[in-house]
Amino acid sequence: MSRLRGLWARFRARRIAVAGLVVVVLLALAALGAPLLAPADPLAQPDPVALQNQPPSPEHPLGTDRFSRDVMSRLLYGARVSLGIGAAAALLAAVIGAGVGVAAGLGSPLVDQLLMRGVDVALALPRVFLLLLVLALWEGAPAGVVIVLLAVTGWFPTSRVVRALVQRLREAEFVQAARALGAGRWGLVRRHLLPHLAPAVIVAATLDVGNIILLESGLSYLGLGIRPPAPSWGNMILDGKDQLFSTPWVAAAPGLALLVTVVAFNLVGDGLQDALDPRSEK
Amino acid sequence: MTTPVRPYAGTPVRDLLEVDALTVHFTRRTGLFGSHREIVQAVNGVTLAVGRQETLGLVGESGCGKTTLARAVLRLVDKTSGTARFDGQDLFALAPAELRRMRRRLQIVFQDPYASLNPRMTIGAAIREGLTIHKLAEGAAADRRVRELLEEVGLSADAAHGYPHEFSGGQRQRAGIARALAVEPELLVCDEPVSALDVSVQAQVLNLLMDLQARRGLSYLFISHDLAVVRHVAPRVAVMYLGRIVEEGPAEALYARPRHPYTQALLSAVPVPDPVTQRPRIVLPGDPPSPVNPPPGCPFHPRCQHSAKDQTCMSVRPELEERAPGLRAACHKG
Amino acid sequence: MSGPDATPGGPLLEIADLRVTFATGDGVARAVDGVDLVVEAGETVGLVGESGCGKSVTALAVLRLVEHPGHIAHGSRVRFEGRDLLALADRDIRAVRGNHLALIFQEPATALNPVLTIGSQIAEVIRTHQHGSRAEAKRRALEMLRAVGIPDAERRADGYAHQLSGGMRQRVLIAIALACRPHLVIADEPTTALDVTIQAEILELLDGLQRQMGMAVLLITHNLGLVAERTRRVYVMYAGQIVEEAGTEALFAAPLHPYTQGLMAAVPRLDQLRERLAAIPGQVPPATAWPGGCRFHPRCPFAFDRCNAEMPPLLPSGDGRKARCWLVEDEAYRGTGVPAHRDQQGEGGGAP
Repeated sequence: MSRLRGLWARFRARRIAVAGLVVVVLLALAALGAPLLAPADPLAQPDPVALQNQPPSPEHPLGTDRFSRDVMSRLLYGARVSLGIGAAAALLAAVIGAGVGVAAGLGSPLVDQLLMRGVDVALALPRVFLLLLVLALWEGAPAGVVIVLLAVTGWFPTSRVVRALVQRLREAEFVQAARALGAGRWGLVRRHLLPHLAPAVIVAATLDVGNIILLESGLSYLGLGIRPPAPSWGNMILDGKDQLFSTPWVAAAPGLALLVTVVAFNLVGDGLQDALDPRSEK
Repeated sequence: MTTPVRPYAGTPVRDLLEVDALTVHFTRRTGLFGSHREIVQAVNGVTLAVGRQETLGLVGESGCGKTTLARAVLRLVDKTSGTARFDGQDLFALAPAELRRMRRRLQIVFQDPYASLNPRMTIGAAIREGLTIHKLAEGAAADRRVRELLEEVGLSADAAHGYPHEFSGGQRQRAGIARALAVEPELLVCDEPVSALDVSVQAQVLNLLMDLQARRGLSYLFISHDLAVVRHVAPRVAVMYLGRIVEEGPAEALYARPRHPYTQALLSAVPVPDPVTQRPRIVLPGDPPSPVNPPPGCPFHPRCQHSAKDQTCMSVRPELEERAPGLRAACHKG
Repeated sequence: MSGPDATPGGPLLEIADLRVTFATGDGVARAVDGVDLVVEAGETVGLVGESGCGKSVTALAVLRLVEHPGHIAHGSRVRFEGRDLLALADRDIRAVRGNHLALIFQEPATALNPVLTIGSQIAEVIRTHQHGSRAEAKRRALEMLRAVGIPDAERRADGYAHQLSGGMRQRVLIAIALACRPHLVIADEPTTALDVTIQAEILELLDGLQRQMGMAVLLITHNLGLVAERTRRVYVMYAGQIVEEAGTEALFAAPLHPYTQGLMAAVPRLDQLRERLAAIPGQVPPATAWPGGCRFHPRCPFAFDRCNAEMPPLLPSGDGRKARCWLVEDEAYRGTGVPAHRDQQGEGGGAP
């Protein structure tokens, strides 16, 4: 697969993107290995009085919060939440967006218009507002619902990109050649369209992860996402915000983690976009 | 390359491809918000035929409709009226399953070796696609067939693992030919197959096409704007202008004494690699016409340099009429 | 060999030992590798070659338009009207471009700015070099549009490129190139993207303007027919080098270099019907790996031992012609175009 190797070579050439990739990989490992890496149970409150608000120490590398819960453990388990929801929602959004994009791109002008005007309307609605509305009305929504909501409100840009690509590819000579050979619609989509769409969709999804993680954190911060005591970076910041100056580590740790994560995903997404640039593939 | 002997009119021998008064019009939206609709009369009543194991050359410049004609014959675009029959069967009346079977018999080779191959598919996969679609071979048998085809077009067997960008224009074009041959067609529509290639590579691919025709008994509808190339490959030639055939006949006669003013101008415009011989040059004024608004009467009259051009030319559309044995031209004066 | 109006004090354009390299992922590409070329005032010279031979890069190098990762090597010289263009300061070379030396590009579709009016693009060239008033430049621009045969010039001058057909755009490009009445025009495949009838028109136009303005033209093309009809002298280029130079008539009557012979045999001709085209086997090697010895030898039907071992220089064959081939030293070959050793085929030709 010399093309994959070529892709990797181009990606590797941008060192900052590689840095981002390293961070993402470390994060994924940390999230996966949370049970092994966490010094304590993230929910345990060993001594709510004596051990509350402890600064970082050997037993508690990132200190404790006001419920004497170990911040580091909560951070690692929180990573699971953020990355898990981020990846799942981004993936789901990518699939929905690509599906709609292909349907609009290949369909009759009527179908195309209907779908795309629908997307236009949806894009006009503020995503955050919708999320807030639904989650405020639905108390205690489980993580699965949050994922679906995030995906369902976020697939629109992908669908437009995919539709544009499909429309262009439709006229491509190699697609005409395949039609002349007798390829049916599904054959065309599978053999000719998807390989071309994959890069754009992957890039869009990667960039979206950062966005979704931020959204989820924001929702949790507002008390609408992951509810305490389950840890999420968002609700950790909520916990620590009132004591920013007295016990900064409680809010700073998740805050910093968020920053680093989102930037890392964006760097990887940008790097992928450059590496997948069709101009460099000739 | 001899002109095939045609049986006398009584014998019901069918030509392989028969196009009768085929017309293809497109609607196009232009203007600020797509408010303005215009009709592009790409192909206007074209009648032609390609016999078995025969090559018909189709010559014309950009905008004449030859590419649209090619695509219509392959049912890649819809017709507006007229018929196109392959081996007696109406191509536009076929049910999807029948159409798919029919696609094996007519194939196309495109002009642009860079665009006609999927850049993300290996050459081998591209050739194999036809075999898969028509269930001609699978697995190891398919691989073998791919290798055979590659060798037949002059590429090495390991080209199958390569991607299009690793090959030169000439090699890609050969791959495109192999892909078309995979389904064992009887007629190949060659749409400017060598125009994008360098001179020396052009010669290689033309020789290949000639060899393949002899070996496989193929028919060609050979479309090109390059008159010298068409002269080399086609014993019969049709000249297209603004969606219509304006002249057609045996190549020798047509090239030696063209009857239609457009053909005359076209031939005089071709630069010949001979610095010594002076040829009279007919320079056509103005732009090539747009198929959106073809002029009334003869489509060529606005640019025609014929001394006897008159009102008839501007109002009455000329039909193809025989001017010499086998040679027909659509001109009131020619 | 000097042209009909040899400029006293030297030729109009003299390229000496031009070398241009490109740094690529696969190594250094020696796109132009020691080219010598001369154009006298008022004459039309052809530079013929296929893609990858370096002819377009040569044109760009003359105007110092070669950009990173391309690099014009140190020993190269491009003398135009007595001055070395490669040694000029930026400001001075800009004063030459478009003014005394103009370039007509191949692709009329992309060479014009889509958001500026046609008239303003012509006027821009005029004002850059001739510091007149805006009105004066506009007037001259209109004049040029009419000179290149664009009907309804006033309206077109206020219009945009997308409203014009390919042939019209090429005329506009010619108008821009000729606006300051250059002494030399380098036309790089000026009609390749155009239909044959339009091509004829454009070339007639160029011919007429050339005679009118007394310009010299360096016509770069792969089309042998164009070269035969429009040029007085020809240079044939292959693999970054000039492989043959001769007067046009002489070249077509008796091409000396096997590559030139191959090209002529491979072109289908209106005036001669041939059973089979004599294709040159193989393909052009990549510029990062030119073959050793004569660069054409792997594809040459006449190649013998010396061809592999030593690169031939441009050898004179009398009457001002030159060819980069060892066979030129053989008098019999010069007469017949068939080498003596052809009968005992040595290590000739390469595999296709």
